[in-house]
Amino acid sequence: MVPFNILVAVCLVYVGFLFLIAFAAERRAARGRVGWLRSPLVYTLSLSIYCTAWTFYGAVGYAARSGLEFLTIYLGPTLVMVGWWLVLRKLVRIGRRQRVTSIADLISSRFGKSNLLGVLVTVICVVAATPYIALQLQSVTLSFGVFASDAPEGWALPNQSATALWVAAGLALFTILFGTRNLDANERHHGVVIAIAVEAVVKLVALVAVGIFVVWGIAGGWQGVVETINSSAIAEWQLQPGRWIGLTCVSAAAILTLPRMFQVMVVENADERHLATASWAFPLYLLLMSVFVVPIAAVGLTTLPAGSNPDLFVLTLPLAQGQGQLAMLAFLGGFSSATSMVIVASIALATMVSNHIVVPLWLSIRQRTAKGRATGDVRGMVLMARRLSIGGVLALGYSYYHLSGGSAALASIGLIAFLGAAQILPAMLGGIFWRGATGAGAAMGLIVGFIVWIYTLYLPSFGEDGLISHDLMQLGPWGIAWLRPHALFGIEGLDPVLHTLFWSLSLNAISFVCGSLFTFPSPIERMQGVAFVNVFDTDADTRGWSRGGAEAEDLLIMAQGILGADEAQAFFQAEAEAQGKAGLLPDTTPEFIDRLERRLAGAVGAATAHAMIAQFAEGAVVSAQDLMAVASEAQQIMEYSIQLEAKSEELARTARQLQEANDKLRDLSVQKDAFLSQISHELRTPMTSIRAFSEILMDPELPPGMQQKYAEIIHDETIRLTRLLDDLLDLSVLENRKVQLNIKVANLHDLIEKAVRAASSTQPQRSFTLHRDPPAEHIPVITDTDRLLQVFINLISNARKYCDAERPELTISARKRGGRIIVDFIDNGSGIPKEARRLIFEKFSRLTDNNQAGGAGLGLAICREIMANLGGSITYLPGQGGAAFRVSLPVRPPKEIIERAKTS
Amino acid sequence: MKRPRGPLFLARRSYRLRRMMDAARMLPAVGMFLFFLPILWRPADTPQPDTARGWIFLFMAWAVLIALALVLARFLVRAEEEEARLSSGDPLATDQMRD
Amino acid sequence: MTGKVLLIEDEPHIAEAIRYVLDRDGWQVVTHGEGADAMRVLRRERPDAVILDLMLPGRSGHDILAEIRADPELHGLPVLILSAMGQAQERARAHQAGASGFVAKPFGNDEIVRALREVAAR
Repeated sequence: MVPFNILVAVCLVYVGFLFLIAFAAERRAARGRVGWLRSPLVYTLSLSIYCTAWTFYGAVGYAARSGLEFLTIYLGPTLVMVGWWLVLRKLVRIGRRQRVTSIADLISSRFGKSNLLGVLVTVICVVAATPYIALQLQSVTLSFGVFASDAPEGWALPNQSATALWVAAGLALFTILFGTRNLDANERHHGVVIAIAVEAVVKLVALVAVGIFVVWGIAGGWQGVVETINSSAIAEWQLQPGRWIGLTCVSAAAILTLPRMFQVMVVENADERHLATASWAFPLYLLLMSVFVVPIAAVGLTTLPAGSNPDLFVLTLPLAQGQGQLAMLAFLGGFSSATSMVIVASIALATMVSNHIVVPLWLSIRQRTAKGRATGDVRGMVLMARRLSIGGVLALGYSYYHLSGGSAALASIGLIAFLGAAQILPAMLGGIFWRGATGAGAAMGLIVGFIVWIYTLYLPSFGEDGLISHDLMQLGPWGIAWLRPHALFGIEGLDPVLHTLFWSLSLNAISFVCGSLFTFPSPIERMQGVAFVNVFDTDADTRGWSRGGAEAEDLLIMAQGILGADEAQAFFQAEAEAQGKAGLLPDTTPEFIDRLERRLAGAVGAATAHAMIAQFAEGAVVSAQDLMAVASEAQQIMEYSIQLEAKSEELARTARQLQEANDKLRDLSVQKDAFLSQISHELRTPMTSIRAFSEILMDPELPPGMQQKYAEIIHDETIRLTRLLDDLLDLSVLENRKVQLNIKVANLHDLIEKAVRAASSTQPQRSFTLHRDPPAEHIPVITDTDRLLQVFINLISNARKYCDAERPELTISARKRGGRIIVDFIDNGSGIPKEARRLIFEKFSRLTDNNQAGGAGLGLAICREIMANLGGSITYLPGQGGAAFRVSLPVRPPKEIIERAKTS
Repeated sequence: MKRPRGPLFLARRSYRLRRMMDAARMLPAVGMFLFFLPILWRPADTPQPDTARGWIFLFMAWAVLIALALVLARFLVRAEEEEARLSSGDPLATDQMRD
Repeated sequence: MTGKVLLIEDEPHIAEAIRYVLDRDGWQVVTHGEGADAMRVLRRERPDAVILDLMLPGRSGHDILAEIRADPELHGLPVLILSAMGQAQERARAHQAGASGFVAKPFGNDEIVRALREVAAR
């Protein structure tokens, strides 16, 4: 017998173990070593969240009550999986191409990024999933109860409801920790996926172990099992053709439309080829999960006392045989089934709730109040919305459990939830196979199906006089007999599930088709239709944006708020490079905006991303040109124009590169002239003072007190002259790459510390607030540390000199990213005007004519050359709200630099 | 004009690939046929209760379906990789792909 | 002759040296250190001569010279140009624009005194 305390301890250890695994997986993924974390095996195992506690415990009970009918729940998904080439492959391809974040996002995105549809699907999913989550909580509580009631020591659960509450809270914590760690642009959760893969193994091993024990330990081999089956009540089972076919179809639909299945199957899919493996491996998993169900049920029915709950045979059979440890394993299996379902379902639902309800609401409120564009830290808000949504979903599940009091009505909830989710099927299949499907049709179908399902199955499931009165069930609303929930249109005697299946899905499909036939889609809808239905034919993406007035810098600021600074900057830089431009700001071509939108959609959903971009790409969202492209569907014309477009784009890019090179050359020649006269000016100015004062010193009438003062001026000006000559020489050596490098190892933190101290002598009268993150600065650097220090000092002194904020602040942030060390220096002044940014790193390009600032305008030019010599770079970072410089250098210096340090 | 031998070979190969794709599309229909067969058979109508036999039949059918899916999946993945490699190099080969 | 001279020069050390030298020569020296406000100071001070540096923050010496020459009240004012660019073309350009004299930096103290006297005497 297993004491209760040990049971709880085992549970906690197991959960701790899952925490560790998830944590390790996240760490591994963060270091970029995804590898086996995303193998076909892990993908297949993650699909096993289809097998919840309902199937783990409930399948045996189902078999005991209705024979082989429980198999339909597994046969449906098997048909979908082996038919992957037909539907799943297309879904996964669309999901990856459009960066779909949830099933609500898929529907919303397909039908013109309509948020109404997103909300509809979200509501359906939440309503359908809530009782299902309650069912999981109930099964965990019940399984605890099994151990309690059998205990000879006489301990009992203090309070079933409290147990469920603890389980719900623990799951919420786990899910929030690993489901909302980051706002990944692909919405993938490595830690969670690995944890549920491990749970998949645990539940399979547990069920198979119990099965083996039952077959060979109790029944005496297969022969015995066959005899037991045929002598048990299961033999009396009558196959009902309607239910057999209907339930197979419902479960086939459910595996496509359940939010949690969509999450693991489409959203978390890392490689399309994994689907090929899962197409046979997942049915195999299902087969193994169900092969022992009938033997366990038959043996339980014949050996256990009459009246024992068949839903718990998996636990009670081993317990009755004194196999405490096996029962414990079975308990963990059930626990795994329940937890993995709840974790993934709440992540999927939270994504939908936050992307389709919370964020759009927040955006519209902000727009109404602030009238400004939503650009701030959307990221934090979205993550908070996710966390709250996860808590909310679990709270809903718990309160459902609490209110229904764990009644027997929960047992049928599995099928009811399946049917609810299946309402999305017509819109989904229509959306990916039929270009004529429209958003209005989809909305009508969803609403009609949802209402029929709620009315005929969901509400009545709360029991007689639960939410629907006895009279209404028997006589219909207002006595209208043909509206009775279980006998719509006077068709009586049907099984309630079949009745709802028939009416809800057929009315849903009819409304969807008719609605689509009689409404006209918007241009975006039509373009999305092509992108979805012809996803395998079109490599070129359809375009959603015409050239709007969007400023690249505004877009960057917004993207930083959603994707995070690093991610957004890397994306913008790559885009700019692809256009043949240097820096962080690409031209806002329609293609670029389109790609940006899709990238954002990965984080906040298609509808929201579209709305956010629309704030910037002003004017017509779709141009006449795009409309024509949609209207003229003659494939050849389109292909031809695509070719032309590609060519003209190529030409435009070359022209842009030429133009940039030309500008640069012209600037250089102007600069060369300016350089010479600048040198002349910079040298003559101190020389004038020196000559004038030395002549004055020769004046015999000079008052003696002045002598000292004028000598000092001469002295200062000489030093100024020397420094200028030093800088010029330094620059020339650096430019010719002949500088002697002295490579050392240092702690970046110490270098920054030193630089801050050295620069504090610049304008010491100004009080300056420094923001730093010292722990993050402890990065070893291997480079010419004196030179790097020189760059840091220069940047900090510049900020001290030129930051024009009333309360000047400087933020220094350091981090290591992708083999490079990056240090940003960002002040809160008015920054450097766009036109000047190109020139600040050139010689003598002082922005202000302020000679008092000292220096000849060589500082940044020297910095640039130093960084080039060290194999790194220094760039101006736009869109940071002040002057911002990024120093970047390789973690290890490149080979040629090491060699230069050796030879010199 | 003499036709080069290469494309003929490729065409035959890609013809097979097309038919395998058809097979993959038809697999769920095969599964449905197998899974719905017990409806005709009505296990409980026979004088001897033989739910056990129905049970065995369903699992056998299931295993067969899994085996078929395994073979097809392997073939399709390998063939797709090959097609991607070939079509990138030889425009004639892609023309022949359209059956 | 001597009188009141306005010195427009942004380098404080150079301005100080010139002030010392001219002071000794009997001039009353008023200094101003940038270009943008120079015309206002000029109209307020009403000097007998102006020494004007060409490279000034705010507004260039060339601009100021052009405005002086275009002003009916000021167009006869003697203007001595100071420049760190000593080339002949710079000198010619200044004269063309209406400079009364030109001194290249660095200059000898006598040089500037002599040039100012010469300009003022005209």
